[in-house]
Amino acid sequence: MGRYILRRLLQALPLLFAISIASFAILKATPGGPLAAYEGNPSFTDADRLRLEHAFGLDRPLPVQYLSWLGSFLTGDWGYGFASHQPVLMLIGERLPNTLLLMGTVFVVVLLFAIPIGVTTALKQYSVYDHAVTGATFTFLSTPTFWLGLLLIILFGLQLRWLPLGGVSTPGAPFDVVDRLRHLILPVATISLVQLGSHVRYLRASMLETIGQDYMRTARAKGLAERVVVLRHALKNAAIPLVTVVALDVPELFVGALVTEQIFGWPGMGRLFLDAAFRSDYPVLQGILAVSSTLIVLANLLADVAYGYLDPRIRYS
Amino acid sequence: MATKSVAVPLALELRSAERSQWQMALERFRMHRPAVLGIFVLATLALLSAAAPIVSPYDPDKTQLLALYEPPSFAHPFGTDDLGRDLATRILYGGRVSLSVGLLAVTVAVSIGTLVGVVAGYYGGWIDSLLMRFVDMMYSFPRLFLLILFGVFFKGMTIGVIVLVLGVLSWMTTARLVRASFLSLKQREFVEAARSVGATDRRIIVRHILPNSLAPIIVAATLGVAAAIIAESTLSFLGLGIQPPTPSWGNMLNHATTDMDKAPWIAIFPGLFIFLAVVSINFIGDGLRDALDPRHVVRGG
Repeated sequence: MGRYILRRLLQALPLLFAISIASFAILKATPGGPLAAYEGNPSFTDADRLRLEHAFGLDRPLPVQYLSWLGSFLTGDWGYGFASHQPVLMLIGERLPNTLLLMGTVFVVVLLFAIPIGVTTALKQYSVYDHAVTGATFTFLSTPTFWLGLLLIILFGLQLRWLPLGGVSTPGAPFDVVDRLRHLILPVATISLVQLGSHVRYLRASMLETIGQDYMRTARAKGLAERVVVLRHALKNAAIPLVTVVALDVPELFVGALVTEQIFGWPGMGRLFLDAAFRSDYPVLQGILAVSSTLIVLANLLADVAYGYLDPRIRYS
Repeated sequence: MATKSVAVPLALELRSAERSQWQMALERFRMHRPAVLGIFVLATLALLSAAAPIVSPYDPDKTQLLALYEPPSFAHPFGTDDLGRDLATRILYGGRVSLSVGLLAVTVAVSIGTLVGVVAGYYGGWIDSLLMRFVDMMYSFPRLFLLILFGVFFKGMTIGVIVLVLGVLSWMTTARLVRASFLSLKQREFVEAARSVGATDRRIIVRHILPNSLAPIIVAATLGVAAAIIAESTLSFLGLGIQPPTPSWGNMLNHATTDMDKAPWIAIFPGLFIFLAVVSINFIGDGLRDALDPRHVVRGG
């Protein structure tokens, strides 16, 4: 097992390397940079430019520049945001917990609903319940996240006035868990409803396939209770591929988080990304892109390891 | 030319077999009621959008200061927006933008994806590994984040730019499907046979393998149109896609957040049309999958 994990880690390295090159390319290709402030300044001569380029190391060959950038990136020096003049790593660090709270809650909520719904629809295939759920999942799969968020705000925030319109907590109020949870409900519902569809559909299909297997008949023939047959034998096998599907949806989770953060005024990394976008704040954009893509690679790695652990047919060698 | 006289009837025979296969698929597609309904709804949306100047008596950009935030009425079935423009008219004109962006972006994506998939799957070896690692890398970035980055770089996008950017960021699924299909098909006897009579790589790819890989490409392309429409509308909603006053279904919701209190219809109707288009396309994609790949069918009875 340890060797398998190590091997997968080593396989992920070239990918992370490629991502770092792409990140560096973004920084190089985009306007701005250390000399941007002097652009158009009449007293800034070509000689000044050459001298400053040399001082900043911009006249070195690109691979050398890349290595020196990678070195500082790995040691946590991610540069400064153009707009706030604060270290990029600090800006992201302030916002990342809010985004992870949102994404983590969505992750748990989606699995809590997707598993029972997926199992029951498969067991009652072609029933009214199954058709209703299939219709609903198709509907939510086809709904743009931002529109669903707006509809939920209009309905539950503005019309019924049951839930707050946005933010992480009531401004000025002392810390209160209930207040925090009430603020979480709508953003989490927005992302979850869209994501739930794909997971339910997947688990339903996977369950249907498992139910037809020979070992299911064997389990029943042994006289096992139906509940044990369904949960131990069917669900356990049907849920294994779900691990991969969940991991593949992590980029979607980031996108959902960005959109909902914008609509609900949730101070997370997605909003930071958008604010940076409107200010053409490239160091911040590049930093967030690096963080999110690294997390996505790690999620896939984790899924592969979990898959190997859950499915004994996968060999670790 | 002796070879030619042999090749013609052979090709004819292939083509007639192919046609009956497509006819069978069409039969199966017709049985899929949601997909047929999807075709009907989508065609209606497309026709109404194309005929926008005839259907609507209003100018999409004409502002009416005396008719700001009018709720839905007989004269304005979907109400008016923050500048007094008729929402229904703007939705029709927005449909032109959103639907064509979706379709064109997928054309670009499928072209790139097919090319990459063919090269990787047919030639294999180091070029395959290299291309597939590149695909992995592209999958590691959330697509919307890259779209936003391009949006910043181009300072908001015109229709042409957004089509290209969306296409360049969405080809990976097609590439993987085409590659997988080529990997398995290139081992088959009919490819071997074509090669043994001296067919060039180009001919084997275009005439023999590609036609047999079409089914998954068509399904992926259809679902891709829905995804592209959502991506464009999301980007435009965020203010980095199609720039006003050109209406797109996404950017019409741009100011909706501030006006939701007094004019919820501004937020509701453009989104409803995105939803209608996307759900129709998804149904069509589902129907095509069942029709083109009979092995896949899980529904029945």
